[in-house]
Amino acid sequence: MKKIIDGIISQNPVFILLLGLCPVLAVSHTFESAYIMGFCVIFVLLFSNLTVSLIKKMVPENVKIPVFIIIIATFVTTVDMLIKEFIPDLHATLGIYLPLITVNCIVLGRAIAVASKEKVLVSVQDALGIGLGFTLTISAVALMREILAHNTITIMNDLSNITGYKWIITVLPVNLDLNIFATPAGAFLSLGFLLAIFNKFFIKGDLHESS
Amino acid sequence: MSLVSIFIASVLTENIILTKFLGICPFIGTSHREKGALGMGLSVTFVVFVGGIIAYFLYHYVLVPTGTEYLRTILFVLIIASIVQSINIIIRKKFPKIYELMGIFLPLIAANCAVLGIAFLMIDYQYNFIETVVFILGSGLGFTILIYIYATIREKLAQRPVLASFQGVPIALIIAGIMAMIFSRFGL
Repeated sequence: MKKIIDGIISQNPVFILLLGLCPVLAVSHTFESAYIMGFCVIFVLLFSNLTVSLIKKMVPENVKIPVFIIIIATFVTTVDMLIKEFIPDLHATLGIYLPLITVNCIVLGRAIAVASKEKVLVSVQDALGIGLGFTLTISAVALMREILAHNTITIMNDLSNITGYKWIITVLPVNLDLNIFATPAGAFLSLGFLLAIFNKFFIKGDLHESS
Repeated sequence: MSLVSIFIASVLTENIILTKFLGICPFIGTSHREKGALGMGLSVTFVVFVGGIIAYFLYHYVLVPTGTEYLRTILFVLIIASIVQSINIIIRKKFPKIYELMGIFLPLIAANCAVLGIAFLMIDYQYNFIETVVFILGSGLGFTILIYIYATIREKLAQRPVLASFQGVPIALIIAGIMAMIFSRFGL
């Protein structure tokens, strides 16, 4: 349990470790694409950490990284094919960022730093914690962007193929209509401000050390 | 789309850093010094160029005829990792000065989304060979220009007072946001 909370706050992959910024910026334009991206990362992280941890004794030191990359790429391809088959609309929304989970530093980083050293249970806990931390962060960025730009929270839109209905919430009584937050520039600005807020409240002491 | 418009789009209006968010890690990490930024930009361009062309031929002449397009992720990652490794060795042996500046970031290019992302993009856009080459060169140039401009801004910024909680990456992201606004205006 402690490991999971660590993954969300003191080891938050995006705010503290500054890894995986690319998907956080790229697919945070709607809440839906953000949390689904988060779940995909949790899935890949969980299975790659589990596999790496199981086979860690069989892998020679000098081919460690290529082997890990192939394992990760395999699970990413699995997710990619599943989403393409069952939720094609979402596959189009996530675009190249879905296969790019392969080169997401979070996944490879955890495989090297944790899964290749620790026991299976610890690796799985770590994957869950870091994955949840990532999902919460990307969802937070997406919430901020979507509310400011469109005054909505999209919970189910592309998913309606499976669930059968759409679910989009309107939040504020007045539409702020800050369209800039729907554009790439807005992604950078939102993440920059959220990171500064996070630094303000959760980090004490020397900021340069942590960033 | 004509070659000129592909080129201009990939350098300015659809800059891979500012609109596709590829290659954020080296962008935020190395771009403290102008020299390092230039070296980083050029080596990414080089890796993208070699990797992209190999990926193009593999995809269109091996994966598509055999109907195994779904293998592209695994295959591309492996190719790019091996290219980066060779470039890393060459630079360390031949250009120790450049290696000193950006040594720790070279292995990171292997896990750099810019290289893999460009390989995916050129397939999604269904470019032919010449268009692919133009697109890759344009993207590389766009990356280099941006990382260089950004490094000069960071150098000036280092001498100015910045609010404590904004120091480091937050202010870097906000600068990138402002640059994204400026670059998106080139399209109008």
